[in-house]
Amino acid sequence: MNNIISEPIDLTSVVDSVKTHASGAIDVFIGTTRDHSKGRQVAVLEYEAYLPMALKSIEGIEREARARWNLHEINIVHRIGRVGIGEPSVVIAVSSAHRDEAFMACRYLIDRLKEEVPIWKREYFTDGTFEWSMHSHEQQASDKTLQTHP
Amino acid sequence: METTNITIRLKLFSLARDLAGFDERLIEVPPSSRSGEVFRYLISQNATFEQWKPSLRLAVNMEYVDGERFLHDGDEVAVIPPVSGG
Repeated sequence: MNNIISEPIDLTSVVDSVKTHASGAIDVFIGTTRDHSKGRQVAVLEYEAYLPMALKSIEGIEREARARWNLHEINIVHRIGRVGIGEPSVVIAVSSAHRDEAFMACRYLIDRLKEEVPIWKREYFTDGTFEWSMHSHEQQASDKTLQTHP
Repeated sequence: METTNITIRLKLFSLARDLAGFDERLIEVPPSSRSGEVFRYLISQNATFEQWKPSLRLAVNMEYVDGERFLHDGDEVAVIPPVSGG
């Protein structure tokens, strides 16, 4: 299974990959790229990963979710490289017998991915500058950023 | 008593790579060095690493560690700036 890819994410195939006959629910989270960041216009985004560790880390958070809830299948696909505005950058699909577990696990997985998985987003602004975006554990709702190249 | 330096593979990503100006380098550190030793090296390359140190995590052989992990010859030590996937 390819968890980190440099091509557009095929939503249908991610959803299909978690379907089982025992499942009564599939929950899907789609993270998409915004056209603004703290009042500035974003033209394009670029993601990079520490690939082998990111794959290992994704396996780890999947194990954590499975230890907490009774889940059937999990598929997490993150895109790297350049991603245009409004495109999916991450898709998480979870199947389970009943919806509560799938909902909770999906939420848990995206939160843990944002905390742990070594993937970084760089936003290129329409004025030609770019910044590495930085999630902070204390302040996940509003991303902190640092301008590295003024 | 082992006195030969050990060689580690230092890997830098995102902001850390931009600050250092390289993405991967083999560096020698004294025997019995701990993971935090890489910050000393990075600060010697670019003093602004000092201010970033509190927000940089370390991974040895693809596992997050604190600065106290003993390093061994051949270890891959990665500097992990705040992640921003999703």
